[in-house]
Amino acid sequence: MTTVHIPFLQTGTLAVGGRLLTEEERSVQSHADRPSSLTKGHRACQGCAEALAARWVMDTAVEAAGGKLVVANATGCLEVFSTLYPESAWKPPWIHSLFANAAAVATGIAASLHAQGRDDVRVLAQGGDGGTVDIGLAAVSGMFERNDDVLYVCYDNQGYMNTGVQRSSATPATARTATTPAVGRHPGQAFGQGKSMVKIAMAHEIPYVASATPADLRDLEAKVRIAMSIRGARYLHVLVPCPLGWGSASSASIALARAAVQSGIFPVVEARAGELTGVERIRERVDVSEYLRPQARFAHLFKPGGEDALERWRALAEANIRRYDLLGGAR
Amino acid sequence: MREVLEGSQAVARTVARCRPGVVCAYPISPQTHIVEALSVMARTGELADCEYVNVESEFSAMSVAIGASAAGSRAYTATASQGLLYMAEAVYNAAGMGLPIVMTVANRAVGAPINIWNDHSDAMAMRDAGWLQLFAADNQEAADLHVIAFAAAEELGIPAMVCMDGFVLTHASDVVELATADQIDAFLPPYRPQQVLDVDHPTTIGTMAGPESFTETRYLQHLRFLDAADVIAAWSDRFRAAFGREAGGLIARYSPDTLDRDAQAPPASSTDLTVVAMGSVVGTLQAALAPLRAEGVPVRLVGVSSFRPFPEAALRDALGGSRHVLVVDRALELGAGGVLTGSVGRALAGTRSRIHSVVAGLGGRPILEASLQDAVRRALAGDLGALEFLDLKTGGVPVPAAGASEVTR
Amino acid sequence: MSGHDSPPTVGVSTGPATSLAYHTGTWRTERPVYVDLAPPCSLACPSGEDIRGWLGSTQEGEAGFEKAWRRLVAANPLPAVMGRICYHPCQTACNRASVDEEVGINAVERFLGDTALERGWALPAPAAQSGRRVLVVGSGPAGLSAAYQLRQRGHAVTVREAAAEPGGMMRYGIPAYRLPRDVLAAEIRRIEATGVRVECGRRVDSLDDALAEYDAVVLTVGAGVAHHVDIPAGAASKIVDAIDVLRDVASGHPPLLGRRVAVYGGGNTAMDAARTARRLGASDAVVVYRRTREQMPAHPTELADAVGEGVRVQWLSTISAVDGPRVTIERMALDTDGVPRGTGEFEELDADTVLLAVGQDADLSLLTDAPDVVVAEGVVQVDPVTLMTGRQGVFAAGDVSPGSRTATYAIGRGARAAKAVDAWLAPRVLPAEPVAREAGSDRLNPWYYSDAPKQHRSELEAARRVTGFEEVLAGLDAEHAVFEARRCMSCGSCFECDNCYGMCPDDAIRKLGPGMRYEIDYDYCKGCGICAAECPCGAIDMVPEVR
Repeated sequence: MTTVHIPFLQTGTLAVGGRLLTEEERSVQSHADRPSSLTKGHRACQGCAEALAARWVMDTAVEAAGGKLVVANATGCLEVFSTLYPESAWKPPWIHSLFANAAAVATGIAASLHAQGRDDVRVLAQGGDGGTVDIGLAAVSGMFERNDDVLYVCYDNQGYMNTGVQRSSATPATARTATTPAVGRHPGQAFGQGKSMVKIAMAHEIPYVASATPADLRDLEAKVRIAMSIRGARYLHVLVPCPLGWGSASSASIALARAAVQSGIFPVVEARAGELTGVERIRERVDVSEYLRPQARFAHLFKPGGEDALERWRALAEANIRRYDLLGGAR
Repeated sequence: MREVLEGSQAVARTVARCRPGVVCAYPISPQTHIVEALSVMARTGELADCEYVNVESEFSAMSVAIGASAAGSRAYTATASQGLLYMAEAVYNAAGMGLPIVMTVANRAVGAPINIWNDHSDAMAMRDAGWLQLFAADNQEAADLHVIAFAAAEELGIPAMVCMDGFVLTHASDVVELATADQIDAFLPPYRPQQVLDVDHPTTIGTMAGPESFTETRYLQHLRFLDAADVIAAWSDRFRAAFGREAGGLIARYSPDTLDRDAQAPPASSTDLTVVAMGSVVGTLQAALAPLRAEGVPVRLVGVSSFRPFPEAALRDALGGSRHVLVVDRALELGAGGVLTGSVGRALAGTRSRIHSVVAGLGGRPILEASLQDAVRRALAGDLGALEFLDLKTGGVPVPAAGASEVTR
Repeated sequence: MSGHDSPPTVGVSTGPATSLAYHTGTWRTERPVYVDLAPPCSLACPSGEDIRGWLGSTQEGEAGFEKAWRRLVAANPLPAVMGRICYHPCQTACNRASVDEEVGINAVERFLGDTALERGWALPAPAAQSGRRVLVVGSGPAGLSAAYQLRQRGHAVTVREAAAEPGGMMRYGIPAYRLPRDVLAAEIRRIEATGVRVECGRRVDSLDDALAEYDAVVLTVGAGVAHHVDIPAGAASKIVDAIDVLRDVASGHPPLLGRRVAVYGGGNTAMDAARTARRLGASDAVVVYRRTREQMPAHPTELADAVGEGVRVQWLSTISAVDGPRVTIERMALDTDGVPRGTGEFEELDADTVLLAVGQDADLSLLTDAPDVVVAEGVVQVDPVTLMTGRQGVFAAGDVSPGSRTATYAIGRGARAAKAVDAWLAPRVLPAEPVAREAGSDRLNPWYYSDAPKQHRSELEAARRVTGFEEVLAGLDAEHAVFEARRCMSCGSCFECDNCYGMCPDDAIRKLGPGMRYEIDYDYCKGCGICAAECPCGAIDMVPEVR
């Protein structure tokens, strides 16, 4: 795994920073003069992990690019809460065009910069799961397939939250959304639907694909740094808990991301040229209920009749653990 | 240098000499020959310092152009028909963001039923998108219009469509004299974007405008669009001065005697019937109206070069007090009439001119000189209705083979 | 304005970071507030050490050692001693136990104490002379602590000690294998170097005389007299007080105890005596205790060490008679109230010597002329806040007064007495100790602490240790001391891990620089509570917003 392992220092490698670390050992986010590319005054909901992850990703990318970063953003929460005219919460040059075309706009920017001989300026595209996995998939796939010099970041909050929490193809099974209500014999999103954007990206055999969560800042920063050290199409998939859509406490966003990883539900991996090259092992395994129970969208799983679905969740976790060897052979 | 070239080749070479930084391509008939030609030039180096991007859809073609334009490059693409509609959302978006992209539209019908041949349905569907829409009467003008389009679009911060009739122009070979690279370099100022994604001067482009600012945003866009007519006219004048030939402008006047294009031609008079048309049908009309003039029929011809902005004042001037105005329309506003007719009607509101709409040449149907002559004669005789379909077959559409209708409900 | 002159896309483009104009702080219903809570270690430390504080300085490594030691000796002038003999209730309370193992606080304390001795660090210079004179009676931990703290406040302090050398039970009660005498002597010398006068071999007999000479007196005479129980014994029986044996060994006159030794009692003195007997050549050392393991007052580590050295314990047993080498033992049983009762069953045990370790009493002979100093249950009664006895200007601390009879408690009470004397001399009212809010383990987010079990001091092998009086536990080296210190989770107090700063989705926390911690920008803080939830050490409270 790419995680930077620093010597044991009170909280080890898991906290954001630490007064005992040397300058080189510190995360970008721990610096008093960090870029704060997505700055205060944005209108994200309380506890929005997308706002948090976007700042983390972009600050690292800005630093890796020596300050020369241009960003293309898909329509979605991230765009709406950050740029309500006449205000913008972004510091780097930033453009929003449409819902489905962030990847293509980024391709155009990259092509333009290359034509101008400005290969020193780097391009990042970002969107939510709707703009990436659903409506924007063709553009993302095209950008991947051409190996355009773009880092695409998907902030996956598992639904169309901006429009009032509707189902997307990243919505997990059994989740209640406005279009998969928790009624009927099989409440919520159906089992057997949805797609893995990480696997889709890997199938393009692009130079770099990784997943990450806001539960591990250093891992996320390391992956952005690696991605920024590579030319060509790169993909980063970040799980971002959404208090609004998930029906969770605003303070629980990091903890939920942690539970998603530690239960085996969200594998944190990286791949190069289509080959899986790294897996973040589970550190303290927890049951899927630790991830599911704090989310109101799964409340029906914990009522009479929810047992079967809960068992299927456990099976999903088991399958991930097996497939990615998340316990490192030390079960 | 005069040479015989296919329309698509003429356009491609002229576009290349305008030095675009990014060209994006997605195939659709009848536009394909243009981007094919550009791809060759990108490989040979004739199209230098340019990124040629093969995209996966027209939607991405326009999106790549948006990104490229915002990043400071002259951006170009070409499309037609379904492709234009597939990118429709991005077409509006480019205009809203003020990005002076130039796009060739090789005009073609819009399905269903699917039909690859020429009419103006595609461009007309985008008439409110906020783009300049310049129509070429022939291949020479199609090529030349791209130079004017880049110049005007970049001065205005408004994207421009150059519309040329699919197959009729794109696939027809004709004698043309293309502007050379040196001539264009001298004529066309380098692209200086009015807003750009610049790491040294960061800006946020594409914010959300709420109810408190959206109206003003549109109003300002409208004001700029009103200015566009003067800007197009000015660049067309400069083009005439630099290249010694007519291209673009707002409307094209034709000599009453020769029916040749003549900017100095007098306005029509109150006894005239004036035919108004756009695109290659103007050439057909030149041929069809000449015998009528010879017979002494009081007929005049006016071409619309700029459909958006629609040059109401220039059109009124050219039409003078024409008693009859016959609009040859290549696109239909279902349930209403010809699309061009609607704009002409608005321009003539309050005048005494009587407007006839003749919908012609849909989906590639040939427009016959005789049919046009007949329409003119009938109009003058008071036998032409307000809306007619040229050469409409009275038997209707051929009936499908036996059995096919059984599946319908 | 003509369209041509208007901005190209007004309403679509805007400047960077213009969102600062929008203050999202108005959304807040709860506000995060940084707090400093008392850690369980300090709350449990009878000496009142700022353990989290000095561990924090130790974490910085070489650069922080002296600072750490200075924070340590602010409460306890005997860190090298206490780093060896303290039963470290701090560690029992340590929240880290719920993560892996408690922090080895005691070992780090010893490291700092030893390092200070090695490098000759001096205690802080006292405040300017107050002109007041204070007598401290007794030089055990309470007395030395009181004397040190009084001297720090500028008073002229004399310590009078009846024995030949200073240190009290530390000198004469605790075996050298647990506390080497040179360490004790060095730390006492260092206190003397601050200007405390220690007079040994001077018993104080009269309180009146003392008060005539001094402005205040602190009684810290300890409890050095063995408590006696009545056991029928034959003439040839050898029954001695365990405390005397320990004292003799400490004085360099080890007694002959024989091959088989029985120790009667269940406290730490019993453990020390049994282990000392092993070192003096006893092949068989049996502790006879009338209750159960759970009820035993000896510290569990003491018991474990003793058992590790081959000491046996006979639980639920009393010695009913001793006749020569024959010791008669009655089996006991707990009644329903947990009190041991004789069962009438007897057995016999061979012992060349029986050591009595059934408790110690205070020597209160100097109070014969002071009826106003109330003595109850064998100890001097004091005001719980001021520690003053019934006599104005006379204070008492340590084993002679009520409370736990441990060195760490004595140091804490000695310091408290010093404060009380200082206030009384001023005069001003001494406030009661403030009640602190505890940082319980439920406030912690243990995820953020790396797995790192404590560094076990390499113990000398049991076989080697029973043969002599070398020190049993080795100290930590600097690297390991720093490692151990860094295991501290800083419960309830910000240690600048940057979690709040880094994890604020609203970029609403300012980092103020090393040692300055953070500041919440309430103009923008939406009150989501992530900072509080992800604070490793529970140093952020969420409090309802009142508008």
